[in-house]
Amino acid sequence: MKLLVCISQTPDTTAKVSFNNDGTDFNAAGVQFIMNPYDEWYALVRACELSEATGGKVTALNVGPATNETVIRKALAIGADDAVRIDADPKSAAYTARQIAEYARSQGYDIIFFGKETIDYNGSEVGAMVAEYLDLPYVSYASKLDLNGSVAMLEREIEGGIETLEVDLPCVISAAKGMAEQRIPNMKGIMTSRSKPLSVVPPVAYDEPVKATKFTLPPAKAGVKLVSPDNMDELVRLLHEEAKII
Amino acid sequence: MVLVFAESPRGQFKKSAFEAVTYGKKVADMMGVACEVLTLGTVQDAAQLGKYGASKVLNIADTAYNDFDSQEQAAAIADVAKSRGATVIILSHSSTGKSISGRVAIRLDAGLVSGANALPTISGGAFTVTKGVFSGKAIAEYAITSPIKVVSLMGNAVKPEVSGQPAHVENITTSAAKGRIRVKSVKTQEGTVPLPEAEIVVSAGRGMKGPENWGIVEDLAKTLNATTACSRPVADSHWRPHHEHVGQTGIAIRPNLYIAIGISGAIQHLAGVNNSKVIVVINKDSEAPFFKAADYGVVGDLFEIVPRLTDAFKKFKANQ
Ligand SMILES: Cc1cc2nc3c(=O)[nH]c(=O)nc-3n(C[C@H](O)[C@H](O)[C@H](O)COP(=O)(O)OP(=O)(O)OC[C@H]3O[C@@H](n4cnc5c(N)ncnc54)[C@H](O)[C@@H]3O)c2cc1C
Ligand SMILES: Nc1ncnc2c1ncn2[C@@H]1O[C@H](COP(=O)(O)O)[C@@H](O)[C@H]1O
Repeated sequence: MKLLVCISQTPDTTAKVSFNNDGTDFNAAGVQFIMNPYDEWYALVRACELSEATGGKVTALNVGPATNETVIRKALAIGADDAVRIDADPKSAAYTARQIAEYARSQGYDIIFFGKETIDYNGSEVGAMVAEYLDLPYVSYASKLDLNGSVAMLEREIEGGIETLEVDLPCVISAAKGMAEQRIPNMKGIMTSRSKPLSVVPPVAYDEPVKATKFTLPPAKAGVKLVSPDNMDELVRLLHEEAKII
Repeated sequence: MVLVFAESPRGQFKKSAFEAVTYGKKVADMMGVACEVLTLGTVQDAAQLGKYGASKVLNIADTAYNDFDSQEQAAAIADVAKSRGATVIILSHSSTGKSISGRVAIRLDAGLVSGANALPTISGGAFTVTKGVFSGKAIAEYAITSPIKVVSLMGNAVKPEVSGQPAHVENITTSAAKGRIRVKSVKTQEGTVPLPEAEIVVSAGRGMKGPENWGIVEDLAKTLNATTACSRPVADSHWRPHHEHVGQTGIAIRPNLYIAIGISGAIQHLAGVNNSKVIVVINKDSEAPFFKAADYGVVGDLFEIVPRLTDAFKKFKANQ
């Protein structure tokens, strides 16, 4: 069983979001970076569990600069067997997807895992694009994944419910809450992660069809209007007459 | 031509489909072209999409499309887009849309912006569209430079608008590839509006003390026809089902009204709800961070305030 887990690096969930003066780029000064939670907690952990149960190999892949290697080593500490870094600084999901697809095309992975979305650019785009490049079935927002031989049995989150599906391997999935439980790397994992192979691959040339041109912060709230706890009629009146939402 | 894919889970259109058609019609008007809508599988009353702006509805009635398969659906949408000469394709940023949009973009060599929160700006050859990024903490503007553009629309970003008459439904066929996914079953909660589509959400946190106290939250929600939600520790402690968990790691929502009861307003919670139009916070701690993100606040004991608020809404409704 050959499993690929695509991991991204994102600002910590509590990071203060700001941009450079002309609003064209994220201001990374003082920001702590982490592995995108969905990639780490759900996709990576489930891939490691499946590989431990069936005998297999888990490769963690990141498209990013050398500064991402701390996060890549963490994936190795959690349980990936080896890692690949495609040496580029992606500015769009389309670029990332192209790089991942070019690399994965000839590798014969049984399952390619993604997180349901990155918590910075919130696209939910890369997995579907890679699946299309590789002409593979894709199940997004999978909250459960079990294997029965070469069949993946999945549950997928849909609006207000759950869908149960089956698909023959190879396939591509994106992982959501429920698929696995977060794993804290243990001492042995951390020690061995330093000697696990991490190869660096050059990117292929690709002209992206989408560019972020400007970032802005949402307008600040006017400030909270406090209503006396004894006067809920007043709150209802405000919601009706002022906010006009009921 | 603008092509809208109107999703019809289990044969029925939902609000997100009407939003997508409304949006597609507005984009088509900006470009001075027609807005055509594609539906897949067995659908009920596809003609009604005309009311939201479809000049024509194309339906591929093949029952193979009744079940989810992103590969098969994307192939059909791209096929129709090509044969009809569509230059803009609109989808919903729904669970199914998220599986499909990226595939359609690759098939058409098109740029994709997913989760758009407003209409695009189109001037000369430039096409830009905005969306929320950093879990709602910022807004990004994207320029799509490819000849064909794919945009998926965030739920509740536009209001469905009736602007026309029922449309003619034309049945078409496609030779697009068949999928490989087998859907075994679909379970949905009956009777409640799913969180991503809800216009009013009543949400509660650890301040509730325990699952046995949720009656007052449910009463309030019922009075308002609202959907209930909760903070992450509440779902993690199994006080409430997991599908109610909102926030960075749960569901991101943007209702018209979000009422937060006994929730402190941690940044990861706000990330999933700060796009709500109006936020009401009920908390006994006047220093709770949630008040900074709120429009209206009530400082006090939720166990006293919530029943009072329910009564006030009931009185208001009776007088309407
Ligand atoms: C990576 C990461 C991701 C996370 N993702 C999410 C997420 O998606 N969603 C999420 O919700 N959290 C998330 N969290 C957790 C988040 O940081 C907070 O811990 C959580 O939101 C707190 O939940 P709470 O507000 O219900 O509880 P608390 O923080 O304990 O707040 C309870 C509140 O209730 C008030 N209260 C108590 N009694 C009463 C009373 N009688 N009347 C009125 N008010 C009362 C208190 O004043 C307090 O403000 C995440 C954390 C991390 C690290
Ligand atoms: N730079 C990257 N390198 C590797 N995988 C990535 C990268 N960016 C995104 N991904 C993967 O694609 C998923 C979806 O990302 P997105 O489409 O940006 O929401 C993430 O959860 C990751 O699994």
